[in-house]
Amino acid sequence: MDIQALGNLFLKSAFVDNLALAYFLGMCTFLAVSKNVKTALGLGVAVIVVQTITVPINNLIYNYVLKEGAPLVNANLEFLSLICFIGVIAAMVQILEMTLDKFFPPLYNALGIFLPLITVNCAILGGTLFMQQRDYNLTESVVFGVGSGFGWAAAIAGLAGIREKLRYSDIPPPLRGLGITFIIVGLMALGFQAFLGIQA
Amino acid sequence: MGKSNKDLIMDPVFDNNPIALQVLGICSALAVTTQLSTSFVMAIAVTIVTGCSSAAIAAIRDRIPSSIRIIVQMTIIASLVILVDLVLKAFAFKLSQELSVFVGLIITNCIVMGRAEGFAMKNNVKDSFMDGIGNGLGYGLILLIVGFFRELFGSGKLFGQIVLPLKADGGWYEPNGLMLLSPSAFFIIGFFIWALRTWKPDQIESA
Repeated sequence: MDIQALGNLFLKSAFVDNLALAYFLGMCTFLAVSKNVKTALGLGVAVIVVQTITVPINNLIYNYVLKEGAPLVNANLEFLSLICFIGVIAAMVQILEMTLDKFFPPLYNALGIFLPLITVNCAILGGTLFMQQRDYNLTESVVFGVGSGFGWAAAIAGLAGIREKLRYSDIPPPLRGLGITFIIVGLMALGFQAFLGIQA
Repeated sequence: MGKSNKDLIMDPVFDNNPIALQVLGICSALAVTTQLSTSFVMAIAVTIVTGCSSAAIAAIRDRIPSSIRIIVQMTIIASLVILVDLVLKAFAFKLSQELSVFVGLIITNCIVMGRAEGFAMKNNVKDSFMDGIGNGLGYGLILLIVGFFRELFGSGKLFGQIVLPLKADGGWYEPNGLMLLSPSAFFIIGFFIWALRTWKPDQIESA
């Protein structure tokens, strides 16, 4: 894998295959926490961090323990992968929370309640499952983790920006809140489709 | 809880729909709705998992220490999802390929967790099972509606059967390619919420 291919993978995972807008992952938090830009950014950063850590770790576990013919265990444990991945994610989030609390209190306070929420964010598990399905190696999975986390953060920050402006507009009552948000996300997804053109 | 079985099942379908009102479980759902058949399988899978996990969690709710309840719930849900995944791989391999990672993502589907945490921890086994089934159905209904429109207008088919003959095959219908892309699912849900709230105005959010 040379640098250029990795760069392409980053762009692809961040924009073309955007987890939120192309695969609908992490939608619950995406819609619930996008009411103002500041919290949206906090959550976005948390997702980037967790994604960057969990995807490579799950990659190692999958390739060395779970996969058929893996070097460490002489059995095909692939059916256990879902339980292992979710366990790793929950554990990593917990460890990250404690580490941040101990060594970087300002960051911990800024991320606040968003860290534990991330465990049940499908974007994180989705990133891991795509890594497994597409058979990335370790370097690729690091790049994919950073890229997909970045894409998700960019999307939620963008949506939050639009929703802040939305307060001044006159929306038909039945469409208020959730309804109009869905339509805006649809329009954003349409915009992100334009990135399809950058594939090298 | 004095609710009858019918209320437990029907409430979440229209009055308290998990997607349209509770904003739960949109995550893993929308990508599978390009065809009716995949939406149908996904709807059944989620209904079964929600019903069974709610029942299982309700059965042991008094024995789960509250500090580790999330992990216990996750493990129960993950085991059920693995079962569903294996059954799909064994009996409907092609469908399971099309659903790809989204079967696994039922684990983090907030509906399942939400019902486990919000209902099953406090109610008996039978009520929890019914509640799980009802929420699964409410979720499935939206999947089917979205899947219906996307497959009909995107490729002129329903369940893979040709309904609107395409221009390319000598018919008259020009397929709308946008329907096969992700944005259309958002639009359809947005309009569905609009329609539902016009019908039931008490669901309108205050500005």
